[in-house]
Amino acid sequence: MKKVMSYLMPYRLLLSWTLFVKFIASILDLFIPFILAIILDDIVPQKEPRLVYLWGGLMALCAAASVVSNIYANRLAATTSSRVTRSLRHDLFSRLIYLSMAQFDQVSLSSAVSRLTTDTYNINIFLNRTQRMGVRAPILLVGGLVMTSILDVRMMLVLLLTVPLIGLIVYFVTKKSVPLYDKQQTVLDKLVRVLQENIVGVRVIKALSKTDYEKDRFDQVSGKLADVSRQAGSVVALSNPLSSITLNLGLSLCVLLGAYLVNSGLSRPGSIIAFMHYFTIISHAMFGITRIFIMSSKGIASARRIEAILEMEEEQGQISAQPEDSPYHVAFDKVSFSYNGVEDNLRDISFTLKQGETLGIIGATGSGKTTLTNLLLRLYDAQKGRILINGQDIRAIPRDTLAVRVGVTFQSDFIMAATIRDNIAFFRDLTDEEILQAAEAAQAMEFINEKEGGLDFEVESRGNNLSGGQKQRLLIARALAGKPSLLILDDASSALDYRTDASLRKALAEGFHDTTSIIIAQRVSSIKGAHKILMLEDGQAIGYGSHEDLMRTCPPYREIALTQMGAMGEMLEDEGLALEGSAVYE
Amino acid sequence: MSNQMIRGGRWSRNDMREAKRALPTARMPRRQIIQRLWRYLGRNRALMVLAIFLTLLSSSIGLVGPRLSGLAIDAIGLTEGQADFPKVFLYVGLMALSYVVAASLGYILSRVTLRMTRNIIYRMRKDVFDKLVSLPVNFFDKYQAGEIISVVSYDVDTVNESLSTDFLQILQSLVTVTVSFVMMMSIKPILTLVFLVTIPLTALYTRWITGRTRPLFRKRSQKLGELNGYMEEMMGSKRPTRAYGREKQVIEGFDEKNEEAVVAYTTAEYYGTMIGPSVGFINNISLTLISVFGALLFLRGQVGLGSISSFVQYSRRFSGPINELASIFGELQSAFAAAERVFRLIDAEPEAQDAPDATVLMDVSGDVRAEHVDFSYIEGVPVIRDFSMHAKPGALIAIAGPTGAGKTTLVNLLMRFYDIDAGSIKVDGQDIYGLTRSSLRGAYTMVLQDSWLFYGSVYDNIAYACEDATPERVEGAARAAMIHSFIKKLPQGYDTIIGDDGVNISKGQKQLITIARAMLSDARMLILDEATSNVDTQTEQRIQQAMRQLMAGRTAFVIAHRLSTIKSADTILVVRDGNIVEQGKHEDLMAQQGYYASLYHAQFESY
Repeated sequence: MKKVMSYLMPYRLLLSWTLFVKFIASILDLFIPFILAIILDDIVPQKEPRLVYLWGGLMALCAAASVVSNIYANRLAATTSSRVTRSLRHDLFSRLIYLSMAQFDQVSLSSAVSRLTTDTYNINIFLNRTQRMGVRAPILLVGGLVMTSILDVRMMLVLLLTVPLIGLIVYFVTKKSVPLYDKQQTVLDKLVRVLQENIVGVRVIKALSKTDYEKDRFDQVSGKLADVSRQAGSVVALSNPLSSITLNLGLSLCVLLGAYLVNSGLSRPGSIIAFMHYFTIISHAMFGITRIFIMSSKGIASARRIEAILEMEEEQGQISAQPEDSPYHVAFDKVSFSYNGVEDNLRDISFTLKQGETLGIIGATGSGKTTLTNLLLRLYDAQKGRILINGQDIRAIPRDTLAVRVGVTFQSDFIMAATIRDNIAFFRDLTDEEILQAAEAAQAMEFINEKEGGLDFEVESRGNNLSGGQKQRLLIARALAGKPSLLILDDASSALDYRTDASLRKALAEGFHDTTSIIIAQRVSSIKGAHKILMLEDGQAIGYGSHEDLMRTCPPYREIALTQMGAMGEMLEDEGLALEGSAVYE
Repeated sequence: MSNQMIRGGRWSRNDMREAKRALPTARMPRRQIIQRLWRYLGRNRALMVLAIFLTLLSSSIGLVGPRLSGLAIDAIGLTEGQADFPKVFLYVGLMALSYVVAASLGYILSRVTLRMTRNIIYRMRKDVFDKLVSLPVNFFDKYQAGEIISVVSYDVDTVNESLSTDFLQILQSLVTVTVSFVMMMSIKPILTLVFLVTIPLTALYTRWITGRTRPLFRKRSQKLGELNGYMEEMMGSKRPTRAYGREKQVIEGFDEKNEEAVVAYTTAEYYGTMIGPSVGFINNISLTLISVFGALLFLRGQVGLGSISSFVQYSRRFSGPINELASIFGELQSAFAAAERVFRLIDAEPEAQDAPDATVLMDVSGDVRAEHVDFSYIEGVPVIRDFSMHAKPGALIAIAGPTGAGKTTLVNLLMRFYDIDAGSIKVDGQDIYGLTRSSLRGAYTMVLQDSWLFYGSVYDNIAYACEDATPERVEGAARAAMIHSFIKKLPQGYDTIIGDDGVNISKGQKQLITIARAMLSDARMLILDEATSNVDTQTEQRIQQAMRQLMAGRTAFVIAHRLSTIKSADTILVVRDGNIVEQGKHEDLMAQQGYYASLYHAQFESY
């Protein structure tokens, strides 16, 4: 909470002013019933209508002053809270953007998003409301008690008795209801999940005639949700009647006590009437304070979640290392890496690439192909070995320099809700010419020209209005834009047909011969022309060399190549058993 | 196009969310909505009658309090020694009693309402979901999942909140306003003239402020939505952002959105936060007027002090509901809108019933014949024209064509996810439109491009198609799909819950699980939709090997990019722009030197 509170510091003067204005406004509100008592008890006996008008005018004046100051204070509160939220959100967003991937994996995407959206929103509401009610409610409560004690201290004491009782009621109701609401949320999540599964899997469910089964599954969750909601509601429903009974019994006692006091000349009936007014004010204040407590528990929880991120230290600093003379653009030197620190995802990988050379990587799912590129881009740091770019350890290269002239496609990459142009440029200052060239090379022009507005066509979030192949070509265009000196294509052409894939390769070979490329693929045809090919299995290199080398020296590679090149059909007939005998790559 | 400098790092201002296809929005008459809501209430008639009765009773009893307190004050007298204690005790006792009774009745009322709401929510969700599963596939192709989900979860909640609280609150308000007014009239009719000033004032003010704030609040949520959308996308784009070193520019884009959202928020709050104090002001003014006129009347001896006290209290209760009217109507508006969305979903056209004389497809041998089929997704835009094909039992039919050519269309037609416009499709010589859908679809087993797994154990996911399968069969299927040893390595083996955090299952592995599921089925026809595109080549090789064994004697329709695998097909259907442009065996198609041949040659073009 401390860290979030420090965001209020620049606004402390404005904040104090807001609270002061709110204080004045609340005091004014408290005067109104007091004047009522004066009119009835002191003015009326004087039988002077002129005085009645005078005091009535005063009452109206108080009301007017109160409304003006309240609105003014509320506006101040809104301004302060949204400014604080703005800077808090900015810092949170920046911190998340600069976190290393390893740290970000810990936070998780969904949690990062909910912290940015829900939690900052909660803080905003919390700051805004506490400024408004946080002063008003306690002042109305305390002021109400003070005013009533001026009217009659004995009656006030009776009223005061009810306050802790109501506090207890609210405490127990909250304590019982909060876990129930948590449970309700969990069951609601389940319901949403079942729905989602049914929408996404509609073909499978229909094909397997599982409709009734799914109805049952939904029915169970839905019934449970309805029951849990009812339980939670039943607990909360207790608080109002109980508080109301407590307060009203207190009030009855006050009237009774008032009767004795008036009868013995110790008080006056006008006071009892004013008292009843304060009574309403005090009870409203009580409910207001309860609401603040509920809100602050939410606000504090959100503040903690935000602080947890703000307090994360920036990882992956820069080390100092002297660059070596090296003929290679990219070099991996006995690199090992593990995501969880237990099992190696990459072990002892070495390769070298000169400027303009191409490395093809092939291997089974989970063999470490993507991990390798993650290390090269320094999204993660290798635990052992070194990665060198132009002889310089990448950990010694400033991040900005490292990122300049890199082009990359990731698997399951994000496409933004923006124009095709903005999606290709991806926040870089690129001219239309550069973008069009990249789109041309990526074989994307054909579909871009078909879209309304061409480069100005608005792509939906996640590329929902593009086909799989179009999305891939868009991402390839992004990678090619800006003439990268290092290009990484991670399974970028899996949704492309052979023809498009071939044209793409041709364009790459012709237009990007100075670019060092790393191409991850599942098809041998996509990489067979590469200068070097690395075959991975379980994080280790089982083959490294040119296509011809590997065809000779690496049996698993040869097997795949032959299968894919079409000779497999016949091979299966002849040597069907040989394949089963070598079934090692599950 | 010119090479002018483009808006490099700038974010497009258009809010694309609005452009997405939303659920159908033709308006439903208000009266119809109310009638249908009434039907839901009607199913809980006893509870509803009880709720209405309790509302009337508890709010009337609660309203007696102020009158009794006024009578008590009058019984106290003005100065010492005047008190009529028996009367005071009586009134105070009655007053306390009335509050206790009213509060207890209020609690019982809440319980009754909660029970009623529970039944209605449950019923409404059931109705929606039962409809949902009966909807044709094209419904889900057309509309966004998120929207459907929000109807079932949030809209249903909104409707019920409104049904249970607003409905009773309006009732309660009516009682309160009427009773308070009657009470005030019985105390001092002339004082009620005060409301001639305050009620029009409130009405005018409410009208003005809602007109003023509604567009502001709309803009506020729109801007916040845009900001949230941006943040979500950018968190998802963290890898490219980092790889391209675009952090600074991304943050600049964020700052712009953030600023807009903050400005919209502050502007809306500027007016929004006026409402509370202003309503308070009007109340205070009416209090002032009542005090002054009451005091004057008191001076003339026309009214007692206790009466003024009661009157003041009633005047507060009287204006309370009137002040809240605006917000209740606001809530009702959104409840109606929510109800409309719910009903619209319930009204969506379900998949047509099977023909009354539809027969059940049994003992399938797997002979599929299509004759002169025409089909269009959108009327007037034909996709497939005059398509004929014959697949003998056990044949392998490959569907080939470039990306986005519409290769899934044929699957949609074979399984009757979509209906053809003309021609016929027959399985074992029987027209599929004369068969029950479930038996037709049950004759196929399939592996789709997006592997569909649900939250549940690996075992349940594999056995989904075939609940009575023995563990041995399930394991056998997993072995055949080459996923058994992976499953064994999971923390809880076959009992591992898919979808739990911490269980790391890759795309390829998920697909292998769905392949295992397909293997478990004994259907005679198989559909593979780019089934192995997420699996690396080695694994794919083995899967295809296993698949071929499984396919022995079964008719298979395979959508694949890999020409090497479809070369062995009995028939290749070449798809272009949705239409089937060529068909035949590999050699025949190659000899034709047509579209297929050009696709095939592209494979061997090298760098």
